[in-house]
Amino acid sequence: MTMRLRIAMDGEELTAQQTALYDRQIRVWGVDAQKRLSKANVLVSGLNGTLAEFCKNIVLAGVGSLTLMDDRLVNEDAIHANFLITPEEAKHSGSSLAEVYCNALKEFNPMVHVSVEKGDLHQFAGVFLDKFDVVVISCCSLKDKIAINNKCRERQKRISFYTVECRDSCGEIFVDLQSYASAKKKSDGTEECQLEYSSLEEAISSSWRHLPSKTTKTYFAMRVLEHFESLQNRKPCQFSVSDLPHVLEIRKNLCEAQGLNEFHIPDILLNRLVAAGAREHPPVCAILGGILGQEVIKAISGKGEPIKNFFYFNAADGKGIIEDIPPASVY
Amino acid sequence: MAPGSDMEAVKRAKVLMVGAGGIGCELLKTLALSGFEDIHIIDMDTIEVSNLNRQFLFRQCHVGQSKAKVARDAVLKFRPHINIKPYHANVKNPEFNIEFFKQFSVVVNGLDNLDARRHVNRLCLAAEVPLIESGTTGFLGQVTVHVKGKTECYECQGKPTPKTYPVCTITNTPSKFVHCVVWAKDLLFAKLFGDRSQENDLNVQSSDSVDASKNTEDVFERNPDEDLENYGQRIYDHVFGYNIELALSNEETWRQREKPRPIYINDVLPEKSFQKNGYLENSIDVNMAISAMPALGLKSPQDIWSLAENTKVFLEALSLFIKKRVKDIGNLMFDKDDQLAVEFVTAAANIRASSFGIPMHSLFETKGIAGNIVHAVATTNAIIAGLIVIEAIKVLQGDFNNYRMTYCLEFPKRKMLLMPIEPFEANKSCYVCSETPLILEINTRTSKLRDFVEKIVRNKLGMNLPLIMHGANLIFEDGDDIEEDVASNYARNLDKVLAELPSPVTSGTVLTVEDLQQELTCNIIIKHREEFNEEKEPDGMVLSGWTERANDKQSSNGESTSSVLTNGPYVASGKPLVSGTKRKLSEMEEASDNSCNPSSKSNSADRENPQQVDDNDVLDDLVILEVPPEVPKKKKVKCFVTLRKAFTYLMSALQVKRWSHFSVYLL
Repeated sequence: MTMRLRIAMDGEELTAQQTALYDRQIRVWGVDAQKRLSKANVLVSGLNGTLAEFCKNIVLAGVGSLTLMDDRLVNEDAIHANFLITPEEAKHSGSSLAEVYCNALKEFNPMVHVSVEKGDLHQFAGVFLDKFDVVVISCCSLKDKIAINNKCRERQKRISFYTVECRDSCGEIFVDLQSYASAKKKSDGTEECQLEYSSLEEAISSSWRHLPSKTTKTYFAMRVLEHFESLQNRKPCQFSVSDLPHVLEIRKNLCEAQGLNEFHIPDILLNRLVAAGAREHPPVCAILGGILGQEVIKAISGKGEPIKNFFYFNAADGKGIIEDIPPASVY
Repeated sequence: MAPGSDMEAVKRAKVLMVGAGGIGCELLKTLALSGFEDIHIIDMDTIEVSNLNRQFLFRQCHVGQSKAKVARDAVLKFRPHINIKPYHANVKNPEFNIEFFKQFSVVVNGLDNLDARRHVNRLCLAAEVPLIESGTTGFLGQVTVHVKGKTECYECQGKPTPKTYPVCTITNTPSKFVHCVVWAKDLLFAKLFGDRSQENDLNVQSSDSVDASKNTEDVFERNPDEDLENYGQRIYDHVFGYNIELALSNEETWRQREKPRPIYINDVLPEKSFQKNGYLENSIDVNMAISAMPALGLKSPQDIWSLAENTKVFLEALSLFIKKRVKDIGNLMFDKDDQLAVEFVTAAANIRASSFGIPMHSLFETKGIAGNIVHAVATTNAIIAGLIVIEAIKVLQGDFNNYRMTYCLEFPKRKMLLMPIEPFEANKSCYVCSETPLILEINTRTSKLRDFVEKIVRNKLGMNLPLIMHGANLIFEDGDDIEEDVASNYARNLDKVLAELPSPVTSGTVLTVEDLQQELTCNIIIKHREEFNEEKEPDGMVLSGWTERANDKQSSNGESTSSVLTNGPYVASGKPLVSGTKRKLSEMEEASDNSCNPSSKSNSADRENPQQVDDNDVLDDLVILEVPPEVPKKKKVKCFVTLRKAFTYLMSALQVKRWSHFSVYLL
């Protein structure tokens, strides 16, 4: 089967091959959305189990191209929550994660152009981002995430930006679509509305005391861990159980400063997250990768109501919740 | 609930996965990654191209091969040391009996039809193995947990059986496009290309012409030396012209309805010479599937053709069947992947629709309806698979207080896209998991045993190999090992009306129906009734006796079925089952992470859905009522009470009997 790089132009029909392959999903989102997907370029930086799921989803959906960035070498830890890497590759290949993912993902849909970009994304100039419609980040320090997000926002072109983290059986997705026209579903039809998203920097500096008290605990827990990582200058998700006392102290300080009662960030939750480190629970990778996949497909196709602006899943209670965290500047 | 703890239970577990398709591929992958080491898979299907957009364990080169086997090979690549045993077989086969099911610690379903689901449910109940059910359609999905003795079974809440249409609606008075599709597929297509010996309701009877049928039987036969063009036009004029005229002659039918208009070839295509021989030869590439569209310059399956174009497709497709696929004629069944068949059915349905003033549809849409295609994407399946495995782990760890039914929504409800609900207790009147007699209203003088077996025992009750007893008399049995003379006795019985069976079945008779494989026994009390409403009770019989739960009639599991007169994917409304009459009162908020949660409650969130007051979730939240700050500190009292109790109190205090909207101001 020959690999075909398909650059669909406006008005050009999908090929017979695409129509046959995508039949079932075209019945969900329509031909126009499928055409738009086939023109979209996605960049993913920082590869783990959750992103393996995400990449699988968007490759199957038929995006135009997927560019992978992660120079870390494959090792035996990598196969834990990952169906793209064989044990052989994990031991012997000497390849980077991006290379291994690339080879596996190409097979899922020969119509998608999958490639590797070497280097650290946060060191690239903003112009590099213009090649992409969507940027997805994980396994990255908060500082770098913010830098990349800001670069995306500075571009002329609107670039959709996402981060995702999965720790143990808990996860967080952040969405920044900047300024986005959405059709919101109402009981009597749909209504056009303009959604204004905050940047990552703004969304995580929101004042805790002003947030609704039912805000998901995971939001706060993640912020505590981010603080810890920054203060300790740790690589992302590098925790161990011995860090717990220090993490709890940071929680205490933050809560005091922010005027939030500590019970909003329970010990049990922090314990779980710290003990897990970078370890992802595979069913949660599937859930987060699925939700993220749907979000990216929505943003590219312009169909459906996108999440604004955080999504949380916690297997402890089984809820998948959207939180709309306003920017700090609101107050 | 830390996944690291007690993963021993997972390692030791033996899991049965039924279905290796959309959900199955995602599920097998996630089970393997989550530490399961002994997985058995049952799936009877082979791989098709349209699967590849989501069943990611399969490749183009696997088309035609067994799903169960290919799935297993693909997963072993990244988990070479686990045990996966594939069965390329139908789960309803006798080899998958109670003993077989008993070997498993949990059964997880990734099925796409109600019939198989019910069958598995019964086997799991009989074998006392927990079952985790699931389903997806587009962006919607759900996962439900069924553990005998702890939760309801899969059938405690009635599931809609595949929709059937009254014969008269299909043959005489279609009002929706789906009726035209059913006519085109199950009547016209079947008549022209299918088994000729099958009874067919295609010919409209005018009120009293009995002998008309004798002549019209010959209409569909083509004389060996008849011109193809002539034959095509003759059929066309007969079904779209003559039959309509015949129907119109029955004035009564059309008193309250819009009359259809007869359509004749000459009206639509005045130039007869559109079909030249050369046309047909040029357009067919021997390597391509035979198709009418290219010859007619019709490129896109998304286009809605004009009446003239539909007519041309009709005639062209008919010609092509006769010219190129003459071997198929006489035993062809409609297959959604048969391009020519889909073209023919689309054209026929559209012409009929046009006649009845119903909007026409594209080939793409018609194919979906005729083929009962379930629209599907990879992401929903992946999410559901993740949720299934989370529940499976809870089941294996005996974490029964935390079992959840989880709904994956397209639009958030109270900020949730994934909504967990506690499982319901078993329905005490469920005929499957508790033994309640049912009541069947039927005309015992005109209904045959065959009707009872097909419509009730197989369709409604979902039995596979039934046994029917009247007292000590075995009046019918199904199976492979029945002796010839006994079998012919049963065959005779099938053709008898109930009241005339050797042991007559009349009002008050109790029939016992059993399926030994499913270990299911039902007692049915027969009540004779003379008349049935053809529109509302198209089966001519009504089964009742179990208490349906509220809101459950809309549930659907994204199923496609193979019943003859069926509905399509649009029957799936996917409304979550938020019924709460037997709910357990519980604390939903992150139970294991925290013990109490202050909340200020307002009900504005519920206003977006004025029709669906899912008050039960709201009412079960804990509310803290605080005395206002001006009261001196030592007199402050915190009162923990559920909102439900608060409203019950209010309602009685205010003597309010019913409420649908309410506003609460908490100070």
